[in-house]
Amino acid sequence: MQKFSAFELFKQGLNGQAGWKPQWRSPEPKAAYDAVIIGGGGHGLGAAYYLAKQHGMRNIAVLEKGWLGGGNTGRNTTIIRSNYLFDESAGLYDHSVKLWEGLSQELNYNVMFSQRGVMMLAHTVHDVQVFKRHVHANRANGVDNEWLSPEEAKAYCPPLNISDNMRYPVLGAALQRRGGTARHDAVAWGYARAADDLGVDIIENCEVTGIRRNAAGAVEAVETTKGLIRTPKIGVSAAGHTSVVLGMAGVRLPLESYPLQALVSEPIKPVFPCVVMSNTIHAYISQSDKGELVIGAGTDIYTSYTQRGGLHISQHTLEAICELFPAFRRMRMLRNWGGIVDVTPDRSPIVAKTPVPGLYVNCGWGTGGFKATPGAAHTLAWTIAKDEPHPINAPFTIERFRDGHLIDEAAAAAVAH
Amino acid sequence: MLLITCPYCGPRPELEFVHGGEAHIARPTQPEALNAEEWTEYLYMRANPKGLHAERWRHLHGCARFFNALRDTTTDQFVVTYKSGEARPDLKGPAA
Repeated sequence: MQKFSAFELFKQGLNGQAGWKPQWRSPEPKAAYDAVIIGGGGHGLGAAYYLAKQHGMRNIAVLEKGWLGGGNTGRNTTIIRSNYLFDESAGLYDHSVKLWEGLSQELNYNVMFSQRGVMMLAHTVHDVQVFKRHVHANRANGVDNEWLSPEEAKAYCPPLNISDNMRYPVLGAALQRRGGTARHDAVAWGYARAADDLGVDIIENCEVTGIRRNAAGAVEAVETTKGLIRTPKIGVSAAGHTSVVLGMAGVRLPLESYPLQALVSEPIKPVFPCVVMSNTIHAYISQSDKGELVIGAGTDIYTSYTQRGGLHISQHTLEAICELFPAFRRMRMLRNWGGIVDVTPDRSPIVAKTPVPGLYVNCGWGTGGFKATPGAAHTLAWTIAKDEPHPINAPFTIERFRDGHLIDEAAAAAVAH
Repeated sequence: MLLITCPYCGPRPELEFVHGGEAHIARPTQPEALNAEEWTEYLYMRANPKGLHAERWRHLHGCARFFNALRDTTTDQFVVTYKSGEARPDLKGPAA
């Protein structure tokens, strides 16, 4: 692998930057692999990387029906935080934040992880109570989170409107300083480059059309648009399409897929120093290093695979943004898009074995999967390699819905849905 | 914004409606007879199809009545709406 460094940049500069090679190969699929990952987003590529790096499984492939990072990895608003209520969630999401903190060094790829702080606004008495409960629960779990008065919130984020003549005035905020953002494409590309270097075959434009099982019921091959590929282990990181892929193996899941929209403004000079989330009035905003305001909206009310979503959903969010940040009222939006998010009844993910031997699934991240990319990838790889979950993802099974061990982050209102 | 045809009121904008999830999931007639797997299936497992989806809608800000619809989740096009209690129309969709 061609290492990236200041010296390498200087050396290539002497040659007119003409010596850079492609960062990963584009191989044709082999007839068989030791394991196959379905889904070439950050989660799937990361799982392949950790399988190769930490578990010595080098004869593996990642199958992607489109292009790398073209699904939800490239469609989210890149918010990273771990201030979830329950112990299980704190374990999983903070595992991710800790991996994020070393990821650029580990991958030799600048994923532009920026711990600029995530501030969640409270607008009602109920919000205040819930967020303060979160602050205490998080600190008991070793996750940083602190309560700010409206004045302290404005000091942290100067464009914020804390006047009391809003429909929903800001009554305070919970701030996780270790939270922030990262460059979404770089995460997919960094994992792809590092996995490829360890021998992983990354195969784009290869859609899985079927999963074959042997007489014992275990997986034995995947049927794809590039032919049959034999494998004893399949890991699925297909986000909104997980129900479709697992349906090929006859597995039903407690998932529903919804469109979730985001949009970016025209680029402007640095004006917005952190991430601000308001669950009550549905606004999520930060500023990218290119200068665009990155804005997240809510989901549509109906299930869909259209990657589109209704215009009134975005409009609703922009109205909230304009009230919270009056300075942005005259800004123009450049692009608006949707991704398909797979939502579980308790709004917690599933990273687990399935009832089918050799079939593993990482899904149900709903509206917040990007932040968990390294942690999901790491624990999925562990689960595939050892055929048993890592202690961190052990609670996140499919069977929790049967056994009543829900991890109910929906009721805990960590995020709006 | 979708245009949805309520079987009672006719075509109305999406804002008047709420979505009620997958249709034709009947409440168990003998709840005490169900085991944990059957409860899980009833409460949580969903088809989530890419293609024709039979789903409940409620015309909340209109007649307030529930009805069912067949909608293509790859295009969001409503193929047909029908009253609660009626059987699912026998239609083949793109991925059905």
